[in-house]
Amino acid sequence: MAVADQQRISYIASQAADVRLNVELQTEEMTLNLGPQHPATHGTLRIIARLDGEQVVKADVVCGYMHRGYEKLVEVRTYPQINTLINRIDWLSSFANEVPFILAAEQLMEVEAPPRAQWIRTLFFELSRIANITLFIGEMGVQLGAITPVFFAFRDREYVLNLIEEATGGRFHPNFDRIGGIKDDLPKGWISETKDAMRRIRGYCDQLEDLLMGSEIFEARTRGVGVIPADVGLSYGLSGANIRASGVDWDLRRDAPSPLAWKELDWKVWTHPDGDSFARYWVRLQETREATLMVDQLLDGLPSGPIQAKVPRIIKVPAGEAWAHTENPLGEMGYYVVSQGGLGPFRVKIRSASFHNISIVPWLLKGVYVPDIITILASLYFILGDIDR
Amino acid sequence: MSSADVPPAAQSPSGDTGASTVTDDRHQALLEDLTTRLGDAVVGSHVGNGDLWVRVRPDAWVRAAQECKAMGFDYFCYLSGIDWMPHTWPNPKVIEAPGVVDNENAGDDADASPQEAEAGFESDEPAGDGAIVTGFAGGDTRFQVLARLYSTIRHIGVTFKADLDDETPRIQTWTGEYPGADWCERETSEMFGFDFDGHPNLIKLYLPGEFEGFPLRKDFPLLAREVKPWPGLVDVELFPASYEDPAEAATPAAEEGA
Amino acid sequence: MFALELPYWQLTIIKTVIVLSIIPAGAVILGYVFLLKMMAHMQSRMGPMEPGGFHGWFQLIGDGIKFIQKEDIIPAQADRRVFALAPLVVLISTFLLYVVVPAGPRLVVQDLDVGIFYALAVSSLGVIGVLMAGWASANKYALLGSLRAAGQLIAYELPLVLAVVGVVIQANTMSLQGIVHAQADGAIFGISWIGNPFILTQIVGFGVFLAAAQAELTQTPFDMPVAESELVAGFMTEYSGFRFLFFFMAEFGTAFALSAIAATLYFGGWYQPFFETGILADILGPVVLGIKVMLIAFLIFWIRFTFPRFREDQLQAFAWKFLIPISLVNIMATAVFKVVL
Repeated sequence: MAVADQQRISYIASQAADVRLNVELQTEEMTLNLGPQHPATHGTLRIIARLDGEQVVKADVVCGYMHRGYEKLVEVRTYPQINTLINRIDWLSSFANEVPFILAAEQLMEVEAPPRAQWIRTLFFELSRIANITLFIGEMGVQLGAITPVFFAFRDREYVLNLIEEATGGRFHPNFDRIGGIKDDLPKGWISETKDAMRRIRGYCDQLEDLLMGSEIFEARTRGVGVIPADVGLSYGLSGANIRASGVDWDLRRDAPSPLAWKELDWKVWTHPDGDSFARYWVRLQETREATLMVDQLLDGLPSGPIQAKVPRIIKVPAGEAWAHTENPLGEMGYYVVSQGGLGPFRVKIRSASFHNISIVPWLLKGVYVPDIITILASLYFILGDIDR
Repeated sequence: MSSADVPPAAQSPSGDTGASTVTDDRHQALLEDLTTRLGDAVVGSHVGNGDLWVRVRPDAWVRAAQECKAMGFDYFCYLSGIDWMPHTWPNPKVIEAPGVVDNENAGDDADASPQEAEAGFESDEPAGDGAIVTGFAGGDTRFQVLARLYSTIRHIGVTFKADLDDETPRIQTWTGEYPGADWCERETSEMFGFDFDGHPNLIKLYLPGEFEGFPLRKDFPLLAREVKPWPGLVDVELFPASYEDPAEAATPAAEEGA
Repeated sequence: MFALELPYWQLTIIKTVIVLSIIPAGAVILGYVFLLKMMAHMQSRMGPMEPGGFHGWFQLIGDGIKFIQKEDIIPAQADRRVFALAPLVVLISTFLLYVVVPAGPRLVVQDLDVGIFYALAVSSLGVIGVLMAGWASANKYALLGSLRAAGQLIAYELPLVLAVVGVVIQANTMSLQGIVHAQADGAIFGISWIGNPFILTQIVGFGVFLAAAQAELTQTPFDMPVAESELVAGFMTEYSGFRFLFFFMAEFGTAFALSAIAATLYFGGWYQPFFETGILADILGPVVLGIKVMLIAFLIFWIRFTFPRFREDQLQAFAWKFLIPISLVNIMATAVFKVVL
């Protein structure tokens, strides 16, 4: 089926759902509460779905069960302290959360980290992307009922987490990025271990491409389910793999000016024209493999030199405003930092990817069946901390 | 560069005379384009830090979105608010302590006690005079709504700002142009108390329904800080190995990294 | 011959006790070998390999103890009597299945003339228990799950029956013991010492039977009634402790029974070529049957651990548009060959 057909069908389905909502004579509808405690929401997201049979007539998303008020909390912290805090936004790829914030602060301070630090930053950025997305690749299986892939995912993600722990001391929350550089250099023997782990991750990707994505049932469950047309997705603020799966060739690593080392690597932005759940899964799988290749290149080309620029002992950021964004595993993550010259920021707006990725869900769920709710939620891939901040 | 641009502070790294503004032709061209399209609705602007800020009149807020959509800004990045009132945190008790630590002489002050460092944190706050200091592209009121759009074709972004009334902050909704603004406006509404005219469903997003107050306003107390005072800059201490050269203290790994 | 002169009531008690002990035994064996060991190996899971030292032998016992210790929770809104009764109804269906499965020339509780017909009939009784559980739980997930189970049963009982018809035509009998003998007496191109297992002629029927049995057992890829990521645990959502254990035992007990029936229908059941009758046949029978059961159960569980789950409409389409036509064709082909040969 062509893309246009799929998109038209999903429109028709949503319109049919609208009509059903408005007719006066209707069968009795049932309201189904998915969450806040539900295995499919891997966190505390709540979806209130009005069902006609097993078809969704209207779906509302309720979030905020885990809202931690980071935008308020960062106003009473210094820049190095905030680093610890924002680690917990997208907790599966913590290091990737730190980078855009540090970049924003560096922009305001007019400090630039030395090349080696930038390369190591890029290295950990990609490692945390792998740690995050490998889990998604397996998790998608468990949401569709195949339990085995998720255990493979946990097994192989462990290699990456071990690497991160070895170098930073923190398995989940490295808190490794510093204004003007990074905390430490790489430990001895780490590079060969990393290459080994990357080989394993590539093997894992091949395995899942075969085991899960090659399964006819998987295709039947995901093809044509939850089709997002590119323009709709963009106007909802979808980013990252979700929008690349709708055929938008846009990756901030390539398209935004950044001091990190992506520009110096040879890699490819993967897109898929279909915009359905299968496309989203496919794009993420390819990106994971691409990330392992990028890590290999980063390890080979790691420049020597210092890892920390000269910064004052007490970090004080001059007044100004800065917007820094990066292509995080879940999509565009950005920090809008307003400084008034203190030790801490005046206001920080955290633009997290999942928040916007999930905001399309009410539109997307109209007219789908209950099992497709799960497919769509899983394929959009959100982290609760990234929605609720 | 619009005349209404107000550099927020003297040491601003990217004021009108900053080097970064000169080279940023793309953003400058975009600003000119926007100015011709929106006319006198543009009341302030700033080009710098590799980005563009445009402040529009509140009544032209929706028109800005429409024009941008027509110009190919297909991607809605975020919408939020800001309260420019100086804040009263974190811990009023330490404000009395004397001493100033500046960026420039931080190295010389390396032997300063943590208490003095703490005090430096406070004394630099603009809270002292209580005046509102607004940021890039200026501002006349306490509240501003800000939103960012991006073009995935031209790979350029713009941040819009609009001043809101102090007493009854309200503005038109963007949901007609960018449906993604729905949740953002709900969040901004509950956090800042802004009203978005024409929003289909302006209920609370994160907070429980009975919640009172607007947490991200600066006068909303952060209870954790009220109850327990700020511990101070406890994490800024000398590294034991480098007492002789305090300037290098913050970069102990620089030598190893070579 | 020995000890067959017992009064009827004594025989009945002995048979009941044996079947009652086979259900947990079968469930425990399958649970241990496949759920804990095979799955742990397939999925690189460390947990089930640890408890008790050698190969995690204690895991299942620990699980059992855990279930029994758990508080027996009945939701306030639940229909208490129906809620309590439902696991038993499901278990009774499993119990009744074992009545006709022969494990040796004389090792059968009751060799009915309509044995296979009876087995397929009682195997669908369990869904009444599932519906009771779903309704009595006063939980939307449970209700959705039990309704899915009912829909699934209607769709898959048909291919199950149609798949068996091929065997019945070939064997000329519906008695399971008769089907075993028919396979034992058959010959493949004149070679008669291993008989003629119907798997050779009814391989299509076996495939359909396996798929339908998988659906009957609500195992992946047909596990929508309990679909964990969608319906939490389907009709079992509100059950805990030993009531949950009943469901668990019924599921694995039924898996064991259906594997035994499949082994009987397609692999010659208890038959081995060395002893047709006599005490040795009765001793070797259960062993032979057990090996065949494990092989078929291995297939069932292998599929369970590998595939994702169908969607409800895809499941129905699979049953009505694929399995039923193919089994009808199979019946026709079998009938034609029966007449011609």
